[in-house]
Amino acid sequence: MSVLQIPTRPVSVAGRLRWALADGWTVVRRNLAHLKSQPGQLIAELVFPAVMVLMFGYVFGSAIPIPGGGNYREYLMPGLFGMTAFTGVLATATVVAQDAGRGVMDRFRSMPMARSAVPFGQTGADIITGALAMAGMVVCGFAIGWRPHEGPARTMAAFGLLVLLRYAISWGGVLLGLMIKEETLDKLVPLIFPITMVSNSFVPTGGMPTWLRVIADWNPVSAIVAACRDLFGSPGTTGSAHLVWPLAHPVVATLLWSIVLLVLFVPASVHRYRTVDH
Amino acid sequence: MDDPEIAVWAEGLRKRFGRTEALRGLDLEVVRGTVCGLLGPNGAGKSTAVRVLTTLALPDAGRARVAGYDVVRDADEVRFRIGLAGQHASMDDRLSGRDNLRMFGRLYHLPERVARARADELLERFGLAHAADRIVKTYSGGMRRRVDLIASLIIAPPVLFLDEPTTGLDPRSRGEIWDTIRELVAGGTTVVLTTQYLDEADQLADRIAVVDHGRVIASGTPDELKATIGTRVDVVVRDVATLETAAMVLKSTTGAEPEIDRANRRVGVPVKGSVSFTDMVRELDQAGVTAEDVAMRRPTLDEVFLRLTGEPTAEEAAA
Ligand SMILES: Nc1ncnc2c1ncn2[C@@H]1O[C@H](COP(=O)(O)OP(=O)(O)OP(=O)(O)O)[C@@H](O)[C@H]1O
Ligand SMILES: [Mg+2]
Repeated sequence: MSVLQIPTRPVSVAGRLRWALADGWTVVRRNLAHLKSQPGQLIAELVFPAVMVLMFGYVFGSAIPIPGGGNYREYLMPGLFGMTAFTGVLATATVVAQDAGRGVMDRFRSMPMARSAVPFGQTGADIITGALAMAGMVVCGFAIGWRPHEGPARTMAAFGLLVLLRYAISWGGVLLGLMIKEETLDKLVPLIFPITMVSNSFVPTGGMPTWLRVIADWNPVSAIVAACRDLFGSPGTTGSAHLVWPLAHPVVATLLWSIVLLVLFVPASVHRYRTVDH
Repeated sequence: MDDPEIAVWAEGLRKRFGRTEALRGLDLEVVRGTVCGLLGPNGAGKSTAVRVLTTLALPDAGRARVAGYDVVRDADEVRFRIGLAGQHASMDDRLSGRDNLRMFGRLYHLPERVARARADELLERFGLAHAADRIVKTYSGGMRRRVDLIASLIIAPPVLFLDEPTTGLDPRSRGEIWDTIRELVAGGTTVVLTTQYLDEADQLADRIAVVDHGRVIASGTPDELKATIGTRVDVVVRDVATLETAAMVLKSTTGAEPEIDRANRRVGVPVKGSVSFTDMVRELDQAGVTAEDVAMRRPTLDEVFLRLTGEPTAEEAAA
């Protein structure tokens, strides 16, 4: 049997960065390869948002009036985009929690692999599956009459914001997955929907009782949804007379939320990955 | 301890899980290019020791160096110098065997072409080529064990840890693994292996450390360990009625308590120090015992193991 020597450890900062990026990319490829052996998971991720679009679009569509008038389905689409960016937290957490209990993590941890490669690879793969799910929603949205009205630049900006926020949320999912067992996670599923629904995603917050409205207005879901409505030129953006700050500046607010989440969750997740099981 | 000839060195390792003390002051020293076998009953702390030495678990106390680097402080350096096949399967069971090996090859930063060729070579050599493209979840227990082992053979690390490498393998696969380990050692690799098969330790290990209750309770070459419990004399009598008489003779000549095996008409006794074989035969003869077979033999490692780990600890005796 031929003998291959173990590589030597890179010493320069650039060398280590290149090493870590290569490892991260290997993990991305692994996570995407899982979709090949479990196509059901990808289909579920694509079908769920599509079902939401059709269900909410037609079930609620006729009953909910939009401030300033307009088509409810055009109002709804940014809400669904924003909502799926958030519910991704559970998809990520579940994959990570399943992975954490698998033997392969032990092998990863005993290999000369960048410590950050597994969480970065996981979140990297999430960007790709998240973008696919979003593409599926765009197609459904077009089918029910949603259109971006503000030109390609602002449309791309909206999707850029969605991807960024989804990425930050992914890191929250990694941390959650490393801290909570898979069985416990299943019990959290019913909680995530109220959290995303107490926002402006399905209905304007103007009609809510004051205490709920305050929560809804400051919910980060509302910021991204408002930013998307702004950038797509959807109806319902000019409803309230006195908007709270995040809704008056939704793009900046979404950027800030994303940065805050990343600053909190990236180091915490990487640290947790290194030390879990010690 | 900074001796470059010492590949693995541990002193006073302690590790506690809740109320279980898995390691209670484990010491170990393995010379470069040799095989050290860790033997011990279930729950002795062998796997925990391996996990600490491979940076997977942090010790609560004590120090350890592998390939010259501290397993806590320089864990990253250690990982560049070790290979590990843990006790439990550590493959991605949702990928095929081939995809697993390619992935690990990439994580060793082999060029893509080399990583692929290496995966194919190993699958071929260890008789897994036919199953290479099935996902690992569908493998039999022995196939999983094999693919797990070959993942730790993708590169030749300076120090290789194998936790029960051949458990569940058929005799042919076991022989192949033994050959591979010998090849690696000939190439300069240091191997630490745990095993429940004492013939495996006898075959492969240069030195054996017997672990019990989280500590090394005896160590040495297989021959040295066998010598500690001395040789045995076994007498097979023709007439089962003379078995008791034979036992009394053996007791008086050796001073040890004989074990009687009535079904095989055999009586055996361990011998410490020197006892004259001819005296023993003569005394049996004088007592009227006709022996079919009188044999002096060295104990097996199994007997050494049972002897060393069979005695209750002070705490157990007190309980
Ligand atoms: N992660 C853990 N959590 C709790 N207890 C543990 C853990 N790992 C090991 N132990 C305990 O530590 C002790 C030593 O376990 P270890 O796995 O090291 O034994 P071993 O010598 O490898 O046994 P075996 O021959 O059965 O593999 C056992 O009592 C075990 O229950
Ligand atoms: Mg074990």
